[in-house]
Amino acid sequence: MPVLVYIDHDNQNLNVANLSTITAASMIGEVHAVVVGYDCSDVAKNLAETQNIEKVLIVDSEAYTNPIAENISAVLVSISEGYSHILAPATTVGKNIMPRLSALLDVQQISEIVDVIDSDTFDRPIYAGNAIATVKSNDSIKVITVRTTAFEPACKGSSSVDIIEIEPPDISNHLSEFVGSELTKLDRPELTSARVIISGGRGMQNGENFKLLEQVAELLGAAVGASRAAVDSGFVSNDYQVGQTGKIVAPELYIAVGISGAIQHLAGMKDSKVIVAINKDEDAPIFQVADYGLVADLFEAIPELENELRT
Amino acid sequence: MKVLIAIKRVIDYNVKIRVKSDHTGVETNNVKMSMNPFDEIAVEEGIQMLESGAASEVVAVSMGPDQCQETIRTALAMGCDRGIHVSTDINLEPLAVAKLLASIVAKENPKLVILGKQAIDDDSNQTGQMLSAILGWSQGTFASNISIEKDNAKVTREIDGGLETLNIKLPSVITTDLRLNTPRYASLPNIMKAKKKPIDTLTPEELKIDVTNRLSTIKVVDPPTREAGVKVETVQELVDKLKNEVKII
Repeated sequence: MPVLVYIDHDNQNLNVANLSTITAASMIGEVHAVVVGYDCSDVAKNLAETQNIEKVLIVDSEAYTNPIAENISAVLVSISEGYSHILAPATTVGKNIMPRLSALLDVQQISEIVDVIDSDTFDRPIYAGNAIATVKSNDSIKVITVRTTAFEPACKGSSSVDIIEIEPPDISNHLSEFVGSELTKLDRPELTSARVIISGGRGMQNGENFKLLEQVAELLGAAVGASRAAVDSGFVSNDYQVGQTGKIVAPELYIAVGISGAIQHLAGMKDSKVIVAINKDEDAPIFQVADYGLVADLFEAIPELENELRT
Repeated sequence: MKVLIAIKRVIDYNVKIRVKSDHTGVETNNVKMSMNPFDEIAVEEGIQMLESGAASEVVAVSMGPDQCQETIRTALAMGCDRGIHVSTDINLEPLAVAKLLASIVAKENPKLVILGKQAIDDDSNQTGQMLSAILGWSQGTFASNISIEKDNAKVTREIDGGLETLNIKLPSVITTDLRLNTPRYASLPNIMKAKKKPIDTLTPEELKIDVTNRLSTIKVVDPPTREAGVKVETVQELVDKLKNEVKII
């Protein structure tokens, strides 16, 4: 039986997290992707040209302009028959919708898989990634979210597959309505897809000082992140948060500045290829995972780093 | 409006967990246990609704072994009115918890159920969404602000790119994110008072819910470890390594 991937998108662009989810799905079986949205044919066309996709389904209706969980989960139930697995990236959209789908199908979801052992068995992190559990599902259909940093993104394919339009089911239940959104304006790459990330912690002392990191980020083409301590202290908003309860990232280079390295933070970044830590406390646990550690006052080191990068 | 709060007893977030040597799970004997941090936020939100007059009664529910009663007492000491303990030694999965909660909702008729978005032990992030689906209610997950109106709630949600606001119909299930509030500490007089507040005990059998696990755990292992690297002395040395050794910048 084929495997269905629910695509997280904004009606125009594919979130890169989907491409990793497609890779995970292709380790299980033949992959179909479903795009639910409004005026979202560009997303479907893009997918149809992606490696490992055999078929693209599109459900296009004004009712699905925003991914309201109550509506999307009902659509997914209506097309779930004939699929052995339904996967989505573990983005906030996937995390919101998939457990609802799972309960409607009366199955126990498997959250944030990091490896596919066989079609029933998966590895997933527990306790903020301080242990890895191998779990086997006995359910007839598996509902899964994917820790996208654990899988390589699928590439663009050489040909294009069929896009099949599906009549939107009548499920307008009006339980929730979209009021508005405030999206953080980003001049730089998004955290989960950035090649380089520079993050600040409590050591930054205030939100104003994050400008120091932004200047370095500018030079490196990097995204700016933060620890939970920095978010809790009100330095930056929650969408900067890297960690167990924030975003999980695995960039080529992660620079932790003024971050002590609580296990909850390490859970969000320890799969980065190269980790740099800058902290004035030489005993900070962050140094135990850092490839390069610099014991220094960040208020001296960061301007110096900026100068070095400019030259 | 009656509000139900679901709370989970988990290994305290400050504890460095240890994987059991037989790889069947994580060591929980002689380990400090606490209320899941996101559930503390849920309790705080319920109490604030009680204080503002938006809620008339706040009931705390927990499920698991007898020690869960301690966790319920913590919620009562913070200000919840009474507790319900679903007693079981089975390690409940989110779907089973959601079904048990749905049957308690049928008995208690709350207009709102608040849960933490995720428990810090299994990191599932499922129970609230599942409960909402079983009840056929609206859901407001990852909430950073809740304002209760007559028949709706305006919920601001933490999403990947920033914030989103939904208008959700009551009754509803809401799950909490970090910035919703700062949970209070229970005062000593309130801890004493909490000892007199009632806790009802139920079992999955009494609620007629099949809680058989759907997943089996094959093994639990330590994650691959990362070796500490080298210390550099200066910023110049750091930039040199990044440019010439790993060639990343």
